[in-house]
Amino acid sequence: MLLGKLTLAALPLDQPIPMIASCVVALVGASVVALVFIKGWAPYLWKEWITSVDHKRIGVMYTILALVMLLRGFSDAIMMRSQQALALHSGGYLPPEHYDQVFSAHGTIMIFFVAMPFIIGLMNFVVPLQLGVRDVAFPTLNSVGFWLTATGALLVNMSLVLGEFQRTGWLPYPPLSELRYSPGVGVDYWLWALTISGVGTLVSGINLVTTILKVRAPGMSYLRMPMFCWTSLASNLLIVAAFPILTATSAMLLLDRYLGFHFFTNEGGGNVMMFMNLIWAWGHPEVYILILPAFGIFSEVISTFSGKPLFGYRSMVMATMAICLLAFMVWLHHFFTMGAGADVNAFFGITTMIIAVPTGVKVFNWLFTLYGGTVRFTTPILWSIGFMVTFIIGGMTGVLLAVPPADFVLHNSLFLVAHFHNVIIGGTLFGLFAGYTFWFPKAFGFKLHEGLGKAAFWCWFVGFYLAFMPLYVLGFMGMTRRMQSYDVPEWRPWLLLAAAGAAVIFVGIVLQIVQLVVSIRNREFLRDGTGDPWDGRSLEWATASPPPVFNFAVLPDVSGEEAYWSIKERARASHRLSDEPDYQDIEMPKNNPTGVICAFFATVMGFALIWHIWWMAILGLVGAFATFVVFAWQDITEEEIPAEEVARLDRANRASRRARLAELEAATVQR
Amino acid sequence: MLRLSWRTPCAGTIPTFLCRLALLSASLTALGGCSTAVLTPRGPVASAEKTVLFDSLAIMLTIIVPTIIATLAFAWWFRASNTRAKRLPEFAYSGRIELVVWAVPLLTIMFLGGLTWVSSHDLDPAKPLASKTKPLEVQVVSLDWKWLFIYPDQQVASVNELVAPAGTPIHFTLTSGSVMNSFFVPQLGSMIYTMNGMSTQLNLQADKPGVFDGMSTHFSGDGFPGMHFQMHAVTPAQFATWVSTTRASGPALDPTSYAELEKQSSNVKPFTYRAATPGLYQAIATQMIAAAPGPPSRPNVDVFPKSEH
Repeated sequence: MLLGKLTLAALPLDQPIPMIASCVVALVGASVVALVFIKGWAPYLWKEWITSVDHKRIGVMYTILALVMLLRGFSDAIMMRSQQALALHSGGYLPPEHYDQVFSAHGTIMIFFVAMPFIIGLMNFVVPLQLGVRDVAFPTLNSVGFWLTATGALLVNMSLVLGEFQRTGWLPYPPLSELRYSPGVGVDYWLWALTISGVGTLVSGINLVTTILKVRAPGMSYLRMPMFCWTSLASNLLIVAAFPILTATSAMLLLDRYLGFHFFTNEGGGNVMMFMNLIWAWGHPEVYILILPAFGIFSEVISTFSGKPLFGYRSMVMATMAICLLAFMVWLHHFFTMGAGADVNAFFGITTMIIAVPTGVKVFNWLFTLYGGTVRFTTPILWSIGFMVTFIIGGMTGVLLAVPPADFVLHNSLFLVAHFHNVIIGGTLFGLFAGYTFWFPKAFGFKLHEGLGKAAFWCWFVGFYLAFMPLYVLGFMGMTRRMQSYDVPEWRPWLLLAAAGAAVIFVGIVLQIVQLVVSIRNREFLRDGTGDPWDGRSLEWATASPPPVFNFAVLPDVSGEEAYWSIKERARASHRLSDEPDYQDIEMPKNNPTGVICAFFATVMGFALIWHIWWMAILGLVGAFATFVVFAWQDITEEEIPAEEVARLDRANRASRRARLAELEAATVQR
Repeated sequence: MLRLSWRTPCAGTIPTFLCRLALLSASLTALGGCSTAVLTPRGPVASAEKTVLFDSLAIMLTIIVPTIIATLAFAWWFRASNTRAKRLPEFAYSGRIELVVWAVPLLTIMFLGGLTWVSSHDLDPAKPLASKTKPLEVQVVSLDWKWLFIYPDQQVASVNELVAPAGTPIHFTLTSGSVMNSFFVPQLGSMIYTMNGMSTQLNLQADKPGVFDGMSTHFSGDGFPGMHFQMHAVTPAQFATWVSTTRASGPALDPTSYAELEKQSSNVKPFTYRAATPGLYQAIATQMIAAAPGPPSRPNVDVFPKSEH
């Protein structure tokens, strides 16, 4: 009674694969914690990172969470590819009750705990810097948002050790996800993990929307904002509008499962079609939440490394906002095969295609940004050109699926799987990797190793085509998704090819890990003192790397598009930096543990609810609420950084910028 | 009324990667005798859908291919080390280019949108096929994890085996006895969902006699991969023989045997019912017969491992 449904039977003692996996995870986790305590890093981590309300540190923590979860999600992918490579006429090595968890976890993790935190991490880190301000609108809320996301990730990983994860696919379609057909705790893990982390995403979205709309440097009008800020605005507006739908939908399914309601059940007047509509009313905007910031990253990267302003900036802004609006008008294309009728299907097919117009405009504008440029082939631009080629193909197969009669034969097939990996890997993930390489020196003060970065890119690029082009073919051959085993020998060669592609991607991931290690070891050699390693054009490059906690010693005064480029132009023309400003004391929010404590109680509550441990659930809820009350009663939430300290930090950065300017001038004179 | 002609593109005129890949798979399936391919249609619906698919593909490739080439060409030509490239570091706007950049995708999508509107109406799954022959009525119930086919006019039924005369339109009415599934015979065309408490409509036809694989394409639980069936398109005479043989022996389908059938099982070997209680389908579709109970509280391990192969 005291532990609800939780008994020793929840441990996978009889299944070797999950048992070994959970042991490895537990071992790695324990050794990291041990290392932190033995080395005496715990106080530093607590004071400087875990309780930090600095948007840059929160951004970095989001990114680390995403990269760690990428490894988890990718091991699921390897299991799926190897299972399907083996499972002709046989059960392979994963029984269905395990295989079904693997593909459900893969999708859930890759979308919610890799792509989302990665994107939110980059937006958190970059947007305030690009806007030329000191912090986001709500620093503590920002920390709460991150830790609630981490709670969701923790709950999903807990399902590896205790009980099971859901076996319904990455979205819990009823009635399969209802208590009658999924009596285990798997669906509950999904629902609570997503409800809690969904709240985290929502507050993060509110925070960034408010920041972009209300907190900008003097002179930074909307039409002077860098493209990444625009796409972030669009993406966060979508988060604010769409995530409540996800939370409400999971809440309804939770009511069905816990209190015997009948929102989506077969009986009692429930309606599964309502779930399909609601989940995709969130789910389709979600794909634009993922892709729009990536479009912003590519805009920054292509413009920077072509040495040109972004072509057709205003056109790009219009295209971005058009996609933002249209994102809510296309959800029905996820179920053309439900029998809605020709008028409805054709309407949603055409609205879907219309999104291809602003997207096409973006591609052409990137093309003309390259035109007439001086293209430096660094790792970020390789990802960008790889993206342009790959994403166009993914977009085309997407429009193909938007033609209802074509969808009637391709829906739910591996063609569909190939399509969305084509746009999510070739679009979002390539963009995230471009952004990661591009802004890494800003975050840590040194560049990542270029050679290894390029090698990793080529592995991902080639591996992607090897892994997913065969799935298009398999879709034409009538292979549906989520097959634990199959009897068609003709599918086998293509599945083996896809498995080989996954292996090449694996090499790419290994190279990325090696790149990170090598770069950290050689950081003195890769160091950038100026804060502007790529000859950048927007304000994040106008401050030191890593930026001081207050970002800018004095807030920049923006007088046109490409704020930092014009500052540099002035310096080049007058052969000197602008005058040293008048330094003032700066007030910054004080670090506080509200976020992490709140998330601790949320984890306790989520876990207790999954296992029906009611007393513990109440404890968690009360604890989380009490944390907020305590925070609300705090009197002193800010601390002052004295002017001398600000001046000291800024003078150091100015000295290296002055040296760089002299270097450039000397080079020009010689020429 | 506006009607696009469904020509067959992709006949070597568009030598692109995807198209070649598709053709390669088509030839491969032909060689291997794989019968599940979307690219080897065996009925009017599937043929028309394949044509729509390749028409749309061809329209888009006319833009996609030049764009990909231009991307690679621009990036390469304007590389920093190319001394012959003309640099335009301030070139950030051109009204003419913007006009073209918006117009090209817009015109393409208008064209494709027209094709979508017309083909969506032509190929609506619920629309009866044009034919002089009276359609065969088949009622489909998806169960965990097998397919039940009821022939209301013949008053027989079968499990995981669909027999129908070639050249005759088939009108399917579909529902589910438990969770959602999707009914699909790739070589005949259009798939459609099956949902408890609701009926969907589908019209298909096989041109010639043959055996086609059918499946569920919507994941429905642990036994999902074992949820296939075979469709036998036969001559009208053979169909009549099949009906009379089926009537001669086997169990009868009534609420009692249905309750036994709806229990979870997978990879069920095809069998037939000599009789089917009239109105059984309506009782399932209107929930007069409650949805199947699902698994016992623990996963049903008896369903697997896969038996005889």
